[in-house]
Amino acid sequence: MSIDLKTIKHISKLSRISVNEKKADKLADDLNSIFKFIEKLNELKTDNVEPLTSVAETTLKLRPDEVKSKDIREQIIKNSPQDNEDYFVVPKVIE
Amino acid sequence: MSDITKQSLSELVKNIKDKKLSSEEVTKAFINRSEKSKKLNAYITENYSSALQKAKEFDQKPNLDLKLPGIPMAVKDLFCTQNIRTTAGSKILNNFVPSYESTVTKNIWNEGAILLGKLNCDEFAMGSSNETSFFGNVQNPIDKDLVPGGSSGGSASAVAGQLTPITIGTDTGGSIRQPASFTGTVGLKPTYGSCSRYGIVAFASSLDQAGPMAQNVKDCALLQEVISTYDPKDSTSIDFKRNNYSKELTYNIKGKKIGIPKEYRVDGMPHEIEELWQKGIQYVKDCGAEIVDISLPHTSYALPTYYIVAPAEASSNLARYDGVKYGFRAKGENLIDMYEKTRSEGFGAEVQRRIMIGTYVLSSGYYDAYYLKAQKVRKLIKNDFDEVFNKVDAILTPSTPSSAFKIGEKKDDPVSMYLNDIFTVPVNLAGLPGISIPAGHDTKGYPLGLQIIGKAFDEQNILNIAYAMEEKINFKNKITDWWIK
Repeated sequence: MSIDLKTIKHISKLSRISVNEKKADKLADDLNSIFKFIEKLNELKTDNVEPLTSVAETTLKLRPDEVKSKDIREQIIKNSPQDNEDYFVVPKVIE
Repeated sequence: MSDITKQSLSELVKNIKDKKLSSEEVTKAFINRSEKSKKLNAYITENYSSALQKAKEFDQKPNLDLKLPGIPMAVKDLFCTQNIRTTAGSKILNNFVPSYESTVTKNIWNEGAILLGKLNCDEFAMGSSNETSFFGNVQNPIDKDLVPGGSSGGSASAVAGQLTPITIGTDTGGSIRQPASFTGTVGLKPTYGSCSRYGIVAFASSLDQAGPMAQNVKDCALLQEVISTYDPKDSTSIDFKRNNYSKELTYNIKGKKIGIPKEYRVDGMPHEIEELWQKGIQYVKDCGAEIVDISLPHTSYALPTYYIVAPAEASSNLARYDGVKYGFRAKGENLIDMYEKTRSEGFGAEVQRRIMIGTYVLSSGYYDAYYLKAQKVRKLIKNDFDEVFNKVDAILTPSTPSSAFKIGEKKDDPVSMYLNDIFTVPVNLAGLPGISIPAGHDTKGYPLGLQIIGKAFDEQNILNIAYAMEEKINFKNKITDWWIK
């Protein structure tokens, strides 16, 4: 299979990264060579293999739902690129 | 004392405890050398004046019972440090100042160490040469225009160049072991779940582990002892009995069974690396260990598996960089346009490439063919190791398929860059501990490393084997200070 410019546009939209024409060509080349390399996995039969999602053989621990961080609003918005007192600010969404 | 920076961590700790050196003297020495070493570009952020202040405070009231008393140390810029800029080598986090501290660095400061600065790395730890950093490439102290490896390239360069006595890196596919091998230093990737991931900028969460990088095995063991703790803030942190790695270190590896996997003899591997490997085999035999030929049949599938699993997790982890909550924001005509421009201008080429691969393999219609398939092959790779570890105590392999290469040499060919991690990636996929130790030089005089892989949670065993081998190898790093005028 090969990744064409239409696919690049689609992935670009899904990943919210704008891609111009020049960049799209280069990306298509790179991704095709990477996927050619990845296709090697098709040599293996894996129908009866359980997928491994994590090597940590542990079940998630439960803990009481207690508030541990209080009054940290300032810390949270401190790094926002644009702030207006107590809120995160984004470009207008609703006309 | 002009030779302070030549001392190992263990020597510095002893000299401070014996009051032969003060923390201020040691800190000053490493700051001076770091300032003379700007050419290496190892640092992203310097913290010198605050470090000196802290050293003076330590000397006024020295607590000599600590494991790292008044020891200055620079760390990879992937660890969040409270009130000190943390960039992950990316433009998108150029101005990010965390309000909290990573567990691993907190453990280090709690034992008395002092932050010298934040070290350069590949952007979001994605790279094998430190060339993807927004803050420029790092020079290898071994030779001019040579990459230090990656992604913990600044860390490796700083340890080899003696800008810091010791450091920490992170390893997702080889990012501690490969740069250690390229710079003639020691690097340990601990078992997954050994060191907390809390406060480490996430790349691929099922693979990421923090670990120590040092000039010798003993220093590495001491730092591992400090950073490995159970942490409820990381849901995959594992509560197991941790050894006093440095205290329990022993040369005695008599009777240990060491596996030699035939699949690690890859096509095109330089003769020198095969010879180094054979020498390594002889060394462990001389120490009384037994050599066992083994097979890890799915080895050649590890890299393709990694290049599905790691980008998939990265694409998901990096979705948080949207220009709203923190980090860089580009101007856009509307919200979507702002997101797309922020991510296009804020991320470098390699990070964008990996986000796109990850997005694709997780997208509708391709999930089963790629992501699920990779997870199944990951299981087969882990099964290989599980089976082999019924017969052997550890595995000995080369760390990398070549010595360090020139800056720019592989930059435009992603697949050839990825092949660097061929011997290190399987260890991450299986969640095992692995250590790289310097074992010799190639004909160019560049260092080469050997890797020892252990059973999960068996760090003590591979540290012991590394310790015993280190004594036999008697490696001397060739550092000429070429970058200091």
